[in-house]
Amino acid sequence: MRTLDQLIAASPTFRGLADEYLALIAGCAVNERIDAGAELFHEGDPAERFYLIRKGSLALELQVPGRGRVIIETLHAGDVAGWSWLFEPHRWQFDARALEPTALVAFDGTCLRGKCESDHELGYELMRRFAGTLTERLQAARLRLLDVYGHGRGD
Amino acid sequence: MTPAGYRVLERTRETSDTWTLRLRAAGGGTMAFLPGQFTMISAGGAGEIPISISGDPHDEELLVHTVRDVGPASGAICAAAVGELLWVRGPFGRPWPLEEAEGRDVAIVAGGIGLAPLRPAILGLLGARERYGRLVLLYGGRSPEQLLYGPELEAWRERGIEVQVTVDSAGPEWLGPVGVVPGLIRRAELAPGTLAMLCGPEVMMRFSAGSLAASGVPAHSVHASMERNMQCGIAHCGHCQLGPTLVCRDGPVYRWSELERWTAVREL
Amino acid sequence: MSTAAGHTLESSGIGELIAALSRRGYLVVGPTVAGQAIVYGELRSAAELPAGWGDEQEAGHYRLRRREDEALFGYAVGPHSWKRYQLPPDALLWRARRAEDGTLEPLEPERDPRPLALIGVRSCELHAMGIMDRVRLGGAHADPGERERRRQMFIVAVQCTVAGGTCFCTSMGTGPEARDGYDLALTEVIEDGRHYFVMQAGSERGAELMAELDTAPASEAEVGAGAAARSAAAAGMGRELDSADIRELLLGNLESPRWAEVAERCLSCGNCTMVCPTCFCTSVEDTTDLAGETVERHERWDSCFTVDHSYIHGGPVRATTSSRYRQWMTHKLATWFDQFGSSGCVGCGRCITWCPVGIDITEQARLMREDQIAADADA
Repeated sequence: MRTLDQLIAASPTFRGLADEYLALIAGCAVNERIDAGAELFHEGDPAERFYLIRKGSLALELQVPGRGRVIIETLHAGDVAGWSWLFEPHRWQFDARALEPTALVAFDGTCLRGKCESDHELGYELMRRFAGTLTERLQAARLRLLDVYGHGRGD
Repeated sequence: MTPAGYRVLERTRETSDTWTLRLRAAGGGTMAFLPGQFTMISAGGAGEIPISISGDPHDEELLVHTVRDVGPASGAICAAAVGELLWVRGPFGRPWPLEEAEGRDVAIVAGGIGLAPLRPAILGLLGARERYGRLVLLYGGRSPEQLLYGPELEAWRERGIEVQVTVDSAGPEWLGPVGVVPGLIRRAELAPGTLAMLCGPEVMMRFSAGSLAASGVPAHSVHASMERNMQCGIAHCGHCQLGPTLVCRDGPVYRWSELERWTAVREL
Repeated sequence: MSTAAGHTLESSGIGELIAALSRRGYLVVGPTVAGQAIVYGELRSAAELPAGWGDEQEAGHYRLRRREDEALFGYAVGPHSWKRYQLPPDALLWRARRAEDGTLEPLEPERDPRPLALIGVRSCELHAMGIMDRVRLGGAHADPGERERRRQMFIVAVQCTVAGGTCFCTSMGTGPEARDGYDLALTEVIEDGRHYFVMQAGSERGAELMAELDTAPASEAEVGAGAAARSAAAAGMGRELDSADIRELLLGNLESPRWAEVAERCLSCGNCTMVCPTCFCTSVEDTTDLAGETVERHERWDSCFTVDHSYIHGGPVRATTSSRYRQWMTHKLATWFDQFGSSGCVGCGRCITWCPVGIDITEQARLMREDQIAADADA
């Protein structure tokens, strides 16, 4: 049975973080589980938490008038879900729904923001890691924007 | 340059704009081909285009093509009725490196209609399953409605290839991943000795090759099927030039390490 | 297979040469004046040759001018090349007719069965024909009919005695002297009121034909006169192209600003590709008649300068003139080596002469080399 520190350290996002920082972060975290189909968060609601997926998967969705519910992206084991705790206005930008029974580590964003303020070293280490993942997501989003599988025009 | 007549035996609609046609030589011949090769094909008078063969390489009597309707020539081919004659030359081109893959893990990475030229490779690999290590298919499409060979994917799983399918976006009935193929590559945790075969839109292949490299699969272990304007298929018309190569003759399957230098140059 | 000393043929014997070829069933083609240029067309007699005509060639400039003598071959090459006989501007590849039940029945394309005799082939052109042979006949899918028609071509080469204003065959190792690849070779000599040809056979069928003509063994003086006439050509080259490492030079400078620079002048008209004796791009097109009853497949000359040459999936890969000029020049001088094992350029100068804005491939190569030398010095 692993401790929270160990679970967090095992993820690609937090790998290599110094033990003292792991302990600090773990201090802001709790284990959570949700059932398949359950909603984790809702677009527009206050976003004071973020999640690390340990097992299972989440669908990030938007309600698009005329198209219904559209899945924008799915997140899987090892992925972090949620950026809105970092920046104003701290509100969720998407809906999130579990596609299967999912185990998560839930982080208190307000708590962690405070710790980053007092310890800029910790702040830098976290921002560096999140920036890396954000870049990857942005790249993927841009790739989908190209709609490469779309129609060609002619032979 | 003289085409042979092939009769349409069967038509299957794959998606809103893509059909799979099963053809047999009107003169009763066979066409032996290697996975990755293509034919030049036309429906009487509407123009001739290169289409990868998407059939089983073990079956030489049936010629199978999966065609997307994007213009007059492809449209006429897609509209060919059962019993109609299509005109075929080939097969041409350099095939997928199935021999080089023996004894290794193989990752098949497909985007959109790119799964069609890879289907013969998959069938070839599954037909000699014991010769290969881990087999994994990573396939991306625009949406669940635009995926090819739906029921077959499950049959392939049962024959020993892991299948992961992602789409660019989906409605809530889709239970699989939503995201790009490079994401599937990252999560597949491929072993460094893996040989990869890539086919899809060029941008998707470039990003996938990058993702493969980040996973420890270097450019010389990655093979991609390239496409350029092809009019003769026999290295005469000069249209399919890609830098120093002719896609009809030196491709369409290329080793990625040989391509990188040229695909990096704008408008080459 | 060339004989050492050679023979002489008086200039009046050229008519006999043409007649002898016609008698053997050849369709004789060669230079003739038409449209204020010297072009290639059917020759029924020596009277159709451009006797007494010379040419003036510079970048974007071509003029015929009267010579002071009646030389039959006193000019450099014109806008036509012999590639129009190896690779016709428009060839019918396949045709079919719709039968009553709606299916297509293939028909045999019709063809002029006469073999060709080419009169007046220059050394650069012999090399160009060899290069074209490697493209059309050297691969896995050569057409047997095309190969046979090429084998049947009777080649009467003419040694250049004057170099053109845009010629640079010496830079490309393709001339000015033709050494093989011909059935007969002629060197025109006009001296002391006498007009004759020093003649050599380059093949058995060439020797056989020569035996039918009214020739005499060439004296040492006559052989010397021929040699002197040929060396005049070597001395008078209008252009130069340093072809050492040209492949590496061009492929190492694919992002050079020189491409955009030349593109500001280039009209993308494709003249260069039409007149070039080795440009081989063709388009393959299917057409039907209005009733949809006959289908024809044609292979027609095409040019990499057209916007849709590189068209895939809704747009061209090479959308800018700059990228298309780069494609042409790097193919001709660099990637031709990768594809066919030699340079694609024979230094005939046609692309320079016939470019409406006078773009000069030798100048573009020189600028790129100077840039490279300067960059190497700075490094």
